[in-house]
Amino acid sequence: MNFLARRVMTGALTLLGVTFLVFGLSRIQGDPRSILISDDASFDQWQEMGKQLGLDQPVYKQYQIYVVNLIQGELGTSTLQKKPVAGILLERGRNSALLAVTAFSLTILVGVPLGVLSAVKTGGIYDYAIRMFAVLGQALPSYWVGLLLILIFAVGLDWLPASRMSDWTSLVLPTLAIGWLGVSGQIRIIRSSMLDALDSEYVQLARAKGVAERTIIWKHVLRNAIVSPVTFASLTFASMLTGSIVVETVFAWPGLGLLSVNALNNSDYPILQGVILLAALIYVLFSFVTDVVYMMIDPRIRIQ
Amino acid sequence: MNLSSNVPEKNASGVLGSSYSRRHRLLRWPIFSLVVLFVMICLAVFAPIIVPHDENLGFLEDRHQPPVLFGGTSNHILGTDSLGRDVFSRVVYGARISMLSALTALVIGGAIGTALGIFAGYMGGWVDELIMRLVDVKFSIPLILIAFAMVVIFSPSFGLLLGLLTMFVWGQFTRQVRAEVLVIKTTDYVAAARTWGASPAQIMYRHIFPGVISTVLMIATFQSGAVILAEATLSFLGAGVPPPSPSWGAMIADGRLYLDTAWWVSLAPGIAMGLFIAAITLLGDWLRDYWDPKLRQL
Repeated sequence: MNFLARRVMTGALTLLGVTFLVFGLSRIQGDPRSILISDDASFDQWQEMGKQLGLDQPVYKQYQIYVVNLIQGELGTSTLQKKPVAGILLERGRNSALLAVTAFSLTILVGVPLGVLSAVKTGGIYDYAIRMFAVLGQALPSYWVGLLLILIFAVGLDWLPASRMSDWTSLVLPTLAIGWLGVSGQIRIIRSSMLDALDSEYVQLARAKGVAERTIIWKHVLRNAIVSPVTFASLTFASMLTGSIVVETVFAWPGLGLLSVNALNNSDYPILQGVILLAALIYVLFSFVTDVVYMMIDPRIRIQ
Repeated sequence: MNLSSNVPEKNASGVLGSSYSRRHRLLRWPIFSLVVLFVMICLAVFAPIIVPHDENLGFLEDRHQPPVLFGGTSNHILGTDSLGRDVFSRVVYGARISMLSALTALVIGGAIGTALGIFAGYMGGWVDELIMRLVDVKFSIPLILIAFAMVVIFSPSFGLLLGLLTMFVWGQFTRQVRAEVLVIKTTDYVAAARTWGASPAQIMYRHIFPGVISTVLMIATFQSGAVILAEATLSFLGAGVPPPSPSWGAMIADGRLYLDTAWWVSLAPGIAMGLFIAAITLLGDWLRDYWDPKLRQL
């Protein structure tokens, strides 16, 4: 259990580092109120905020106030929407999560079988085609793929809506645009770790014993090759949860990504700060969960 | 992939075995990658001589002319954009910006990341702990969000973009190099150097650094694709190279509004970027298999 305690510690330290960074950024130009308050605020509001942030106190006190507020879920007020940041994040986060779930399902349902097929048929025509598909998916920017999909399926064929969130049909194109990148990464990772496992002596032993090829692939190889794909999958999901920022912009999908871009265009720093903290929190939680899963699937890690 | 194929390679008298496998590998040069990279780098380097038009000068009466294969004229091979600027010239100059920013970020970020990785790995203890926690922080925040915050605080400029891209790349170098150093520092030649009385700085520079160079080059290859994508993404969102500079990402964004009438404005830079990054990725795969197939997970 020493391992777990250490992971909790490093996770907490990482989050602390992130709060430090965000706090530092807001004060880099001196008075944080210049970016935290909306332009039409009155002098009283300005004074009020100064008191709330403890600006008359030393910096370490200000940081302490800041962290205590964060822990209580107090993320400040959006300068654009004039509503608490926490509520906005929750509402938009739901939309991003919906997209993340569909895109992630695609990543697993398509990525894993294709990766396995590619590794098993190394050097063949399937392997070649799948690898090209994966290399392209990683090379083409997802927002460009999104535009291409809109051009073909919305503008050209008029099968699916081009943008905005409505019924399930509006999910298809953004899912494909985000999913291709995830599928590609999953294919490449599964393929390479499967190849490593295929080279191993236990596979040669299984072959020598005359174990059926299907059993070798799915039981011996995939089970041993699963560690890096699991990490990859979990971190992919984490990054999808905070919104595929650019793809959401292309499809006008009202998630955290679009929220961040609007915040950028309107200099809404409190929102950006909130999304950054949320992204870091999700990342740290997911990498922690991944490590716990590791411990369960790979006993060697428990000993270290 | 059968038992017998492995045995001779391990047992054969070293020279024969290794020269065979080396020749075998050399036979499959990554031709596609090398050709694409060569052509694109040449285009970028000789851009001023090659481009037929001024990349930032447009004539509104020439706006939205289609590419030559789709009814346009050979005067504008890839057509023109909404301001009548030549798309081909802009794509070529865009390559320049992409490569320049990737190169700068990789050289600076790679140097910092490698140095930190060697330092963390060799020194161990609290130095290692501190550096690795910094790496964790780096990986926990998406670059784009940090870029947004920075752009709100400062304003977009080429210098800020380079700074952000540098921040984007160093962590990968640190992680991988540190892992490598942990192995290298247990080798006999490092122990010998220590017995000889070499200082830690000397050992890190003369004995450890040469051992990680191939890893560093490999990470740099893989990361260059990621940096180019990141640059394009930031420029696409208006947080990168300020207009009217022809960045690929900004060009894709420019064409978005006219997707149904002038699709080539967005499509051309995307295809250029896809080709370039695919070529880099395939070259990286080849380098990795050539140097050390054990690093497949990279």
